[in-house]
Amino acid sequence: MRDLQDDDARSGAGYNFAYLDEQTKRMIRRALLKAVAIPGYQVPFASREMPMPYGWGTGGVQVTAACLTPDDTLKVIDQGADDTTNAVSIRRFFARMAGVATTERTTEATVIQTRHRVPETPLRDGQILVYQVPIPEPLRFLEPRETETRRMHALEEYGLMHVKLYEDIARHGHIATSYAYPVKVEGRYVMDPSPIPKFDNPKLETAALQLFGAGREQRIYAIPPHTRVVSLDFEDHPFEATKADAACALCGATDSYLDEVVTDDTGGRMFVCSDTDYCATRREASETGDSA
Amino acid sequence: MRQDALSGGFADPPREAALVFRAALDAMSRPGRIVQVTGARGPAPLSPAAAALMLTCCDAETPLFLAPGHDGPALRRWVAFHLGCPLVPRGEAHFALGTWEALGPLDAFPVGTPDYPDRSATLIVERDGLSASGTRLTGPGIDGAAHLDLPDPAALAANAARFPLGVDLFLTAGDRLAALPRSTRLEVS
Repeated sequence: MRDLQDDDARSGAGYNFAYLDEQTKRMIRRALLKAVAIPGYQVPFASREMPMPYGWGTGGVQVTAACLTPDDTLKVIDQGADDTTNAVSIRRFFARMAGVATTERTTEATVIQTRHRVPETPLRDGQILVYQVPIPEPLRFLEPRETETRRMHALEEYGLMHVKLYEDIARHGHIATSYAYPVKVEGRYVMDPSPIPKFDNPKLETAALQLFGAGREQRIYAIPPHTRVVSLDFEDHPFEATKADAACALCGATDSYLDEVVTDDTGGRMFVCSDTDYCATRREASETGDSA
Repeated sequence: MRQDALSGGFADPPREAALVFRAALDAMSRPGRIVQVTGARGPAPLSPAAAALMLTCCDAETPLFLAPGHDGPALRRWVAFHLGCPLVPRGEAHFALGTWEALGPLDAFPVGTPDYPDRSATLIVERDGLSASGTRLTGPGIDGAAHLDLPDPAALAANAARFPLGVDLFLTAGDRLAALPRSTRLEVS
């Protein structure tokens, strides 16, 4: 009997397609449609408890569950990598609960769930990028009251954000914000692009649909394809998409975002592509770096 | 007649609703694109596309306005059995269904509030046909420009001018649908 139950759980039998019940999916789907219609605006939704802790992508998982069809091919990345715990378990969750095909190839995926990175390979029409978002409100650390931040968005009162960036300049000589760098969507809403490095901000203007889910904070927002997304800056301190000043030690790429990896306890370190698929694809095409 | 009310739902609701939603999401995120949705039908004059869209989006949590021409005993029974939506006047509707003429002026529907612009109606406008020609559209979701044959471009341009407030439209004909979110800018000659 016990074996039978384990088998059922492994195959996803006894669960609805894509885990969530249909009424929950309808609620999320309605929120998604409004989010797309009002780019950058955070739509409240009745986030459910998911079989994973908050902070592990409960918002992203709910958005993915509401979007998946049986024909989809799913890719999940965590900080650019397909092979980390969070990415592996979410990918297996949907392989089991929705029976969808999975892949590590950006080009083969139709739905990509991501934690804190945008793939290096440009996305195309027909792909959906689902972001896991911890704090959806870009003004939250400047103004803790939800009633106030909501009013600030309504009045398009974003002066405080510019003051914050200015204080960066006053203190450090440049805008020191390096991730979760605020953007203005289609000239209206200031939005938190989730904690992606600011290197990824220019990729927010893409042919793919981008959906953002914050489970604990119960918010969904979206950037439709071909939408204007401008990183906030000043005329004399323009936005700069920065990365480590090095080439990938494995594939030699100079145009990708790099992780710094400590290799020993005597100060040894190497820089490698954060996007594992991008790096692997380049190495298969015989591009090599210094350590390969 | 009772048979009419009970039939017409999805054969495999989770999978079919997922496919219909993805088509609707595709249409809403790329205004002007016309997609096909199948798997549902309701009593006349409800189009198969509108039936599929309602089965995917509407339930007991979404008050529905049925415009004259669509409002009738057969469709009311179908809605009661398949969706369970409360039927309400225009001003309280989350969803509204009918032809453009029967739905009436857009001002009558909720357009959201400055704090919560998402609390606005979604109109399902039944049309005789859809064609990717006519009014020139620009804005989010559109690479350059798109074209869509729209019922009253001037009224829809006024709706877009209220952004972030406004209503969002699905246009349905037969088994095809297109969408016009409030974010789309219309070129009215």
